[in-house]
Amino acid sequence: MIILSLNNLTKSFGGLVAVAGVSFEVERGEVVGLIGPNGAGKTTVFNLITGALRPDDGHIFFDGHSLERLKPHRIVYLGLARTFQTIRLFPQLPVLENVLSGSHCRMKSSFISSLLRLPAQRREEKAALVAAMRELEFVGLADAWRAEAGSLSYGDQRRLEIARALATEPKLIVLDEPAGGMNDQETFELRDLIARIKDRDITIILIEHDMSFVMKVCNKIVVMENGVLIARGRPEQIQKDPRVIEAYLGVDD
Amino acid sequence: MSAAADKWFWPQAALVALFFCAPAFGLGPYWLEVLNQIGLYALLALSLNIILGHAGMFHMGHAAFFAVGAYTTGILYTSYGWPILCTLPLAGLAAGIFALLVAAPIIHLRGDYLLVVTIGIVEIVRIALVNNIFGLTGGANGLVGIARPVIFGFKLTRPWHFFYLIWGFTAVSLLLFHWLENSRFGRALNYIREDPVAAEGIGVNTTRYKLMAFVIGAVWAGFAGTFYASQMRTISPGSFNFWESVVLFTIVILGGSGNQKGVLLGAFLVVGLPELFRSLQSSRLLFFGAALVLMMIFRPQGLLPPKGRAYRLPPEVAR
Repeated sequence: MIILSLNNLTKSFGGLVAVAGVSFEVERGEVVGLIGPNGAGKTTVFNLITGALRPDDGHIFFDGHSLERLKPHRIVYLGLARTFQTIRLFPQLPVLENVLSGSHCRMKSSFISSLLRLPAQRREEKAALVAAMRELEFVGLADAWRAEAGSLSYGDQRRLEIARALATEPKLIVLDEPAGGMNDQETFELRDLIARIKDRDITIILIEHDMSFVMKVCNKIVVMENGVLIARGRPEQIQKDPRVIEAYLGVDD
Repeated sequence: MSAAADKWFWPQAALVALFFCAPAFGLGPYWLEVLNQIGLYALLALSLNIILGHAGMFHMGHAAFFAVGAYTTGILYTSYGWPILCTLPLAGLAAGIFALLVAAPIIHLRGDYLLVVTIGIVEIVRIALVNNIFGLTGGANGLVGIARPVIFGFKLTRPWHFFYLIWGFTAVSLLLFHWLENSRFGRALNYIREDPVAAEGIGVNTTRYKLMAFVIGAVWAGFAGTFYASQMRTISPGSFNFWESVVLFTIVILGGSGNQKGVLLGAFLVVGLPELFRSLQSSRLLFFGAALVLMMIFRPQGLLPPKGRAYRLPPEVAR
């Protein structure tokens, strides 16, 4: 079953065409790697999918909904969560509240019930605390729940971003360079984490520059260069694809 | 609640109880009036704290919402003969609707851009009032002869009556706002203050929450307007000028934006201290200004910065 499909997606900034007619599909349960040289337009594709940018042309369908006119918070509500390439936590707030920010869109308490602290609001608040702590346990940060998010190590901040995204109860999660800035040990643990996210029946798309990482965790790879999709397929096909090798290594004259 | 918070609970409760006994200690009407004025500013500053302290929006036009509330009460009484306390909900409602209308087009503005526009709102409201808008506001002279409030047949006339009215309402508001701040609503405002892009990207409807912060702050400013109108019995456009907005802004920033205790302290310092130093007369504003400059250099986060929320983890996930 196709959960996400991009159809002829196009976006330009002034004269620069960042994404030019990109189309691909993601099946439910897949782990898809989006790779390509710097400036290929990968993050722009992510920003289009998550609603941070509006496409000039083309369509995005997610789980039966058309996304290209929706604001980011609506897209999260539909079940598509993200992490950011440059970490965007709420650094001054405690780790727990960072995860609770993800729970926000699944909570229903109205303004009035919050103002009057009605019983239903207190029950929901308690349930949200449990859910948030479970996500922190899932990524291995539960003991740090009181700490300021900004005080965590780089790798821990990346994992906290993932926990925050998981707290939105997504069907699809997009990870922008999840291993960026991680050491070998952390990258190794991240592979395990991604496998466990997949086991929760959550589809994953990720951008990553670490090729051995991508080849190990992804079961499908999409390659972009200069805003254009140049190849897609299983990891072993991509490794042999002459256009991909050319894009990464250049070609002999 | 942490152990440190427990330790301070009873001393604080005693302080509050002592404060509410103030009229019984032979405090003269003058000082009660000063306390009433502090209470009114505290109420206004607490409502501004939601917008400025929690959502981090630089709003320097709070006097406009205060004016809408005060004039709603004034007009409903002088033109339609409504009892004063019956105008309270309408004063809040009118201020809230006004805030919704003026904030909706400017809510996407950030930082100092929003600041400039909100200053404009105060001036527009003041000038509209001076020009006797709708023929109801009495022009530059304002509205006179507004009645004292009556509660169950008891007419509030003396300063200590108003002391309990204003500070009682402020106490209830403190509790409600405390609950609000410790809910998903309060957290959503903090996410917006910290990083609006990340907040929107993780599922917070930032536009809606920013607007709601404005509206709820305005509703309470409108309530304060009712108390002000019935206490002063006369309201005029001059009472709702830009300077009032600056004072409220100062209270929140100086006391500690996002912390109720800080805002209360700010109200006592900014409104109360000048009264203590009346003898210095003309130079007191100079001291006031110097104190603010020193504050911004040595303690920019305010006298009492927020401590963060206390969470008690349910047993199944306790750490």
